Amino acid sequence: MKIALSVKNVSKYFGDFKAVDDVSFDVEDGKFFSILGPSGSGKTTLLRMIAGFYTPSEGKIEIQGRDMEGVEPNKRPVNLVFQNLALFPMMNVYENIAFGLKRRGERGKVVREKVEMMLDRVGLPGFENRKINELSGGQKQRVAIARSLVLDPGVLLLDEPLGALDAKLRENMKVELKKLQAKVGTTFVYITHDQSEAMVMSDYVAVMNHGHFEQVNTPQNLYNSPASSFVAQFVGDNNKFIVKIQKDERGNFSAVTKDNLQFRLDKPYDLEGDNIFEMYVRPESIMINPKEDPNKINSIEVEVKAILFDGGNSRILVVPKNSEKEIMVSLPQNRKYDYLRPKDTIKIGWYHSASVCFKGTGERVYEEIE
Amino acid sequence: MKRSSKIKIRWGFIIFFVPVFLWLLFLLILPHIELLRMSFVGTDFYGKSGFTFENYWSFFKEPIYWRTFARTALYSITVTFLVLVIALPVAFYITKLAGTKIQGFLMILLLVPFWVSELIRVYGWIILLRESGAINYFLTKLHILREPIEMLYNDATMIMGLIYTNMLFMVIPIIGVMESLDDSLIEAAYDLGAKKTAIWAKIIIPYCLPGIMSGSIIVFMLVLGSYLTPKLMGGKNALWFTEQIYNQIITYFNWNQGAAFGFLLLLMSSLIIFVALKITRQKFTKVIK
Ligand SMILES: Nc1ncnc2c1ncn2[C@@H]1O[C@H](COP(=O)(O)OP(=O)(O)OP(=O)(O)O)[C@@H](O)[C@H]1O
Ligand SMILES: [Mg+2]
Repeated sequence: MKIALSVKNVSKYFGDFKAVDDVSFDVEDGKFFSILGPSGSGKTTLLRMIAGFYTPSEGKIEIQGRDMEGVEPNKRPVNLVFQNLALFPMMNVYENIAFGLKRRGERGKVVREKVEMMLDRVGLPGFENRKINELSGGQKQRVAIARSLVLDPGVLLLDEPLGALDAKLRENMKVELKKLQAKVGTTFVYITHDQSEAMVMSDYVAVMNHGHFEQVNTPQNLYNSPASSFVAQFVGDNNKFIVKIQKDERGNFSAVTKDNLQFRLDKPYDLEGDNIFEMYVRPESIMINPKEDPNKINSIEVEVKAILFDGGNSRILVVPKNSEKEIMVSLPQNRKYDYLRPKDTIKIGWYHSASVCFKGTGERVYEEIE
Repeated sequence: MKRSSKIKIRWGFIIFFVPVFLWLLFLLILPHIELLRMSFVGTDFYGKSGFTFENYWSFFKEPIYWRTFARTALYSITVTFLVLVIALPVAFYITKLAGTKIQGFLMILLLVPFWVSELIRVYGWIILLRESGAINYFLTKLHILREPIEMLYNDATMIMGLIYTNMLFMVIPIIGVMESLDDSLIEAAYDLGAKKTAIWAKIIIPYCLPGIMSGSIIVFMLVLGSYLTPKLMGGKNALWFTEQIYNQIITYFNWNQGAAFGFLLLLMSSLIIFVALKITRQKFTKVIK
């Protein structure tokens, strides 16, 4: 496979502050690559270096095998869809999309044909003469993408292009974008802080935090085997327990919370120092009243605190006996658990293999995950 | 309830409108009607006054009149254009490149000349530029010039003076619109392959066009109607049209001729502004906002 974009040990300092910290990755031709990270993690800075608006303090960027050092943004084979779209308000849709083609010196019929084809592709045929302020948010979105795509860039960079849309439209545009990318076959590098966007659309996702990449992998692998505590918290939902890991005389590892809840682990851990770890269990991997082999699962008795109905994403909030620790458990909407009521006592359980532990860093992504 | 509130709004409107209306009526419309009437009045051979086109006729008959008129129009357009050419990069620097601290400082630099009257400003120039002036003194001291030269009283100096005097009125409206120009538009154009010239021609100038037009109209009117700068800095044999009007009314005491000239000037400036707005496809109401 050809490499469309290669970023090698790139860092960026603003004064003393390191906004991007030794980032390296390759993107194969035709792939959808996402960079996922919380606000302020350095995503835009990284993208602007690729587009040529910032020069890297260290490291090297190659696009289609060509070193980009000293190449101006208007000469790079990449195009950027801006966080705020940056459509030209004094031009109509046609002029916006034709702008780049005309700068290349293309004229006349070729331009018209390309613009029309592009508008067709993004599902806006016949919109040529619309003014920008006569478009809806989603339509602006598509025009911005069309304006860059029409230039047939080696890599299309997108900086949270769905950020300004409402939730329903976002869901819609996610699928549209993925389909569009598959249709045109252009390499996409997509920035977002929304993990669901990244998961749905991408072939590969890089999780970024404080300027560095925590993990780069397929969405499935990020979800199933997070490489760090940060990834475990940021990708998908997770229950977090602060635990002390012990090894018994038979060599089995187990985690103990400060409320003396004990959970078996199926993997060995390096035990050094205080042995304080963070243990993560996904709400989806917790079973209600499990019938599985008790030797393979951790099972505890809990009281139902609240039922949080949210369609397919419904949860129950439970608290173990003699503990204050709240645990989120997925509630499958197959009517099997319709009998559950708050204050009921039930059993929950998960496979030993369903939990992962990381050495405690004490860092929290969002306050709601405890 | 509804009715009384409606009446209240009307009252507010009237209270606001009456002074404006009176001001327009007594200070603008009535004098102009009187001037218009006067411009069609002439005294015949026997000292009897009556209706005539003679005042307008003499404008076309006497080359000195319409030459001054054309020259004034042409120079006003030139000055407006030059002011625009200088004001655009200045406004761009102030809004986009300078830091907030320097921004304020630069604005003050632009404003300071307007704390002194036009007369004093022009005299300042004269002190600098005249034969025994500061510039000549240094240039001869530094042996760049063998002997002092007269830098005043030519068209170039006058144009420079007019540019300096009117700069601010172009910069301020342009800054007004340029501030709302999102930097990412410029970056997007750059990213889409535009060179600097294309960014100016296709993004910045079209975006700032309302500001450019309102600045241009103000500057054009001010230059066209200016009197002191052309009189004091311009060449002796090159009159400004306002001086013609002044001469007619004050020197020859020919109010009728002066009124006719005044109306011709008004007609011309309206026509030029109308054409300029048509060419740039701007609406007057939008521009004066
Ligand atoms: N021009 C700059 N000068 C100084 N610091 C900057 C500059 N640009 C960004 N930063 C800092 O670098 C860090 C990363 O910023 P960046 O814009 O890349 O974040 P981001 O991941 O895109 O965030 P968001 O999701 O909010 O857009 C931030 O802490 C920001 O304050
Ligand atoms: Mg950003």
